[in-house]
Amino acid sequence: MAAPSIWRSKRFRGAAIQAGFVAVLVALIIGATLTARANLSAQGLTSGFGFLWKSTGWEINFTLMETTTTDPYWWYLLMGLLNTLFMGVIGLAGASILGLIVGLMRSGRNPAARLLGTIYIELFRNLPLILQLFFWYALANALPNPRNSLAFAGALLNARGIYLPGLVIGRGTVALAVLAILVSAALAVWILASRRFRQIEPTRQRRLALCSTAAGLALAALAVVLGHDPSQPWITMPKLAGLKIDGGFRIQPEFYALAIAIMTYGAAYVGEIVRGGFKAVGRGQMEAANALGLSPWQVFSRVRFPLAFRAMLPILINQYVWLIKATTLGIAVGFSDFFMVIASSITHSGQTLEFIAILMGGFLLINFSLAAVLNRLNRAIALKGHQTTGAT
Amino acid sequence: MTAPAGSARLRRLRKAYFGSPLSALMTLLSAAILGFILWKLLDWGLIHATFDASGTQETCAAKGGACWSVIATRWRVILFGIYPYEEQWRPALACLVVAGVIVLSCLPRMWSFGKLALTWTIGTIVFYTLMRGGILGLASVNEQQWGGLPLTLFVFVATGIIGMPLAIGLALLRRSDYPVIARVSGWIIDTIRSLPLLSILFTCAIVLPFMLPGFLIGEKLYRVVFGAALFFAAYQAEIIRGGFQGIPKGQEEAAKALGLSYWQRMGRIVLPQAFRLALPATINQFVIAFMETSLIVVVGFMELLAAGNTAFKTGEWKFAYAEVYVFIAAIYFAFVFGLSRYGAYLEARMNVGHRKD
Repeated sequence: MAAPSIWRSKRFRGAAIQAGFVAVLVALIIGATLTARANLSAQGLTSGFGFLWKSTGWEINFTLMETTTTDPYWWYLLMGLLNTLFMGVIGLAGASILGLIVGLMRSGRNPAARLLGTIYIELFRNLPLILQLFFWYALANALPNPRNSLAFAGALLNARGIYLPGLVIGRGTVALAVLAILVSAALAVWILASRRFRQIEPTRQRRLALCSTAAGLALAALAVVLGHDPSQPWITMPKLAGLKIDGGFRIQPEFYALAIAIMTYGAAYVGEIVRGGFKAVGRGQMEAANALGLSPWQVFSRVRFPLAFRAMLPILINQYVWLIKATTLGIAVGFSDFFMVIASSITHSGQTLEFIAILMGGFLLINFSLAAVLNRLNRAIALKGHQTTGAT
Repeated sequence: MTAPAGSARLRRLRKAYFGSPLSALMTLLSAAILGFILWKLLDWGLIHATFDASGTQETCAAKGGACWSVIATRWRVILFGIYPYEEQWRPALACLVVAGVIVLSCLPRMWSFGKLALTWTIGTIVFYTLMRGGILGLASVNEQQWGGLPLTLFVFVATGIIGMPLAIGLALLRRSDYPVIARVSGWIIDTIRSLPLLSILFTCAIVLPFMLPGFLIGEKLYRVVFGAALFFAAYQAEIIRGGFQGIPKGQEEAAKALGLSYWQRMGRIVLPQAFRLALPATINQFVIAFMETSLIVVVGFMELLAAGNTAFKTGEWKFAYAEVYVFIAAIYFAFVFGLSRYGAYLEARMNVGHRKD
C-alpha cells in the first residue's frame, strides 16, 4: 500500500518525472560521447585539448594578423574568430546603413522612391542568401585578368581582387591603433552612460567624452607614425608587374563577395524593420512636433527617428544575431571565418569532438554577448512608462 | 466633366511626385535608376539574347546579350541533377505532387488536423515511391543520385513534417509546470537558435556518424534533414510559444474546470488557438526554411543550386553563370514570393476577423 500512495503524491511524481527527463538527456550525451571516443580511439586519435598547442602545417587564406603554417591551432582559431567578428562588423554596419536608406525610401511620401525600395526589398529578401553569394562570387571571378584591370581613381579592379592605394604600415601597428580607438570609444560611452557620472553636469560630461575620443585618435595617429618604417614610402599604389599586381592594398574576391552579399541581403530585412519602426510612431507625436514649429529636419532627428529607433531595436537585435550567423556561409566561397577554420581543422587533425565543442562555445559566446550588449542598450534608451516592450 | 477631373488627378500626381524640390529630385533619381536597370535587363535578357539551343559562346557574344542556350541545353541537369536520364519523368511527376500538396494545404477548407495529415502522408508516400523506386516495376534509384528541384523540395517537406511535431513538443516542454523540464528545454531551444544552421548541418553530416551506434547512422541525406528539422523546430517552438502567450489564461482554466485531461486541454483548446495566432509567423518560418534548404550544397548535395553550379562549370558554358543563376533565382523567387504573398493575405484576413470581434 505504501508504494502507490507515494506515487500518488504530486510532489514525488513531479520530482521523479523531472529526474527522469534529466537522466535521459544526460544518458544520451554520455552515450554519444563514449561512442565517439571509442570510434575515434579506434582510429588512433587521443582526446583532450593538448593538440591546441601543436602547429597546424596548413594555411588560411585571409587573416588580420601575421600567420604562418608553424602557428599553433589556438592561434588559427583566434584568427578565425577575429575574421568572423570583422566580417560581422562590416556586414552589420553596411546592412544597417543601406537598410536605413531603403526603409526611409519605403516609408517616405514619394511614390517613385517607394516603388524602388519595394522592388529592392522583394528582390533581395526572396532569394536565398547563398544563391546571392554565389552570384557575387562568380561575378568577381569573371572580372578581367590583372593585365586588363579596370582602373578607377588609382584603384584597380580585376579577377584577383580589388587593389586600393594603401598606407605602408605593419599589421601590428594597425592592431594597436584600432585598439586605442576602441578603448577610447568604450570609455566615452561609459562616461556618457554610466550612473557613476550622473552627478557631473552634461556639458562637462560631453567634454570629457570628447577628450577621451580625441586622446584615442591621437594615440592611434602616434602609433601609425611611430610604426612606420622610415626607409619606405608612405603610400603604395597598385601597379601592374608582369602578370600580377604589385603594391597597393588587396581586398580578396572571397571577402568582398561575402561582404556585399551580407550587406545587400541584410539591408532588405533591416529596411522592413526600419519601415515598421516608422509606422509605429504615433501621428499625434508628429503633429505635435509640427505644431511646435520645428523644421522638417528637427522633426525627423529629434522626434521621428528617436521614437522609431526605440520601436525597431528589439527586432533589430534578432536580425543582427541572424546576420552574424550568416557569416558562416564564407565556407561556400572559401573565406576563412571561424566555421571554416574549424572545418579545416577537423579534416586536418581529426579532433572532431573538441572542435565541435569549441565551435558551439564560440558562437554561443558571440551571440549571447551581442544580444546582452544590445539588450542593455535597449533598456538604457527605453522611455520610462511609454512603451511596454523592452522597458526594464 | 472629364477635363476638370483629369486636371485634378494631374494635380494630385504632380503633388505626389513633384511636391517639393527634394521630392522632385527623388522622383527623377528613382526613375533614372529604375529606367536604367530595366532597360539594361531588357536589352540583355530579351532584345540581344540568344534563345535557341544551338547557340555557342561565339554566336552569343556576337549578338551581345544573354545566352539562354545554356538553359536550353542543360535544363535537365539543373532541374534533376544526376538522376538517371531515362527516369527523369519520375522526379518531374514527384515535384508536381509536392506542389499540389502544398497548394492544397494552403486552402482554408483543408485546415483540420485529419485532412492535413492524410494529404501529407499520401503525398509523401507517392513522392518517395516515385523518387526511390524499387517497387511497382520502377527501377531503384539511390538517394545519392537524387538532385535538383526534387531534392530541394524533399528537404523542405521533410524538414516541415519532422520539424513541426518536434516544435510542438519543444514548445509544450518549455511551458511545462515542472520547472526543471521547462528550464532545460529553454536551454536546448536557445542553444540551437544561437548556432548557425550550417554548423548543425555539418555536424549531422560529418560528425554524427562517430557519435551514433552503427545501426542508427543511416543515409547522410536523412541525417542532414534531421539537423535541418531540429533547427526549424527550435525557431518554430518559439513562434508557437508566442501564440501561447496570446491566449487568455481563462481559456485553460475553464478547460481545467470542465475536467479535461492535459492532452485534451492542449489538443482541443490551447494548441488550435496558439496556431491560429501564430499562423503568419509560421508561414514566414516556412519561407525561411525553403530558402535555407539551399545550404545543403555545403555538405555535398546536388540540390537545385549545386546542380546549377555544375551546369556552367563545364568549359564551354563557363561564361554563362549569370544566365544560370537568373534561371535558378526565378524558380526560388516564384516559390518564396508566392508563399510570402499568401502569408500576407492570411494576415490581412485574420486582422479583418479581429476587427469584427
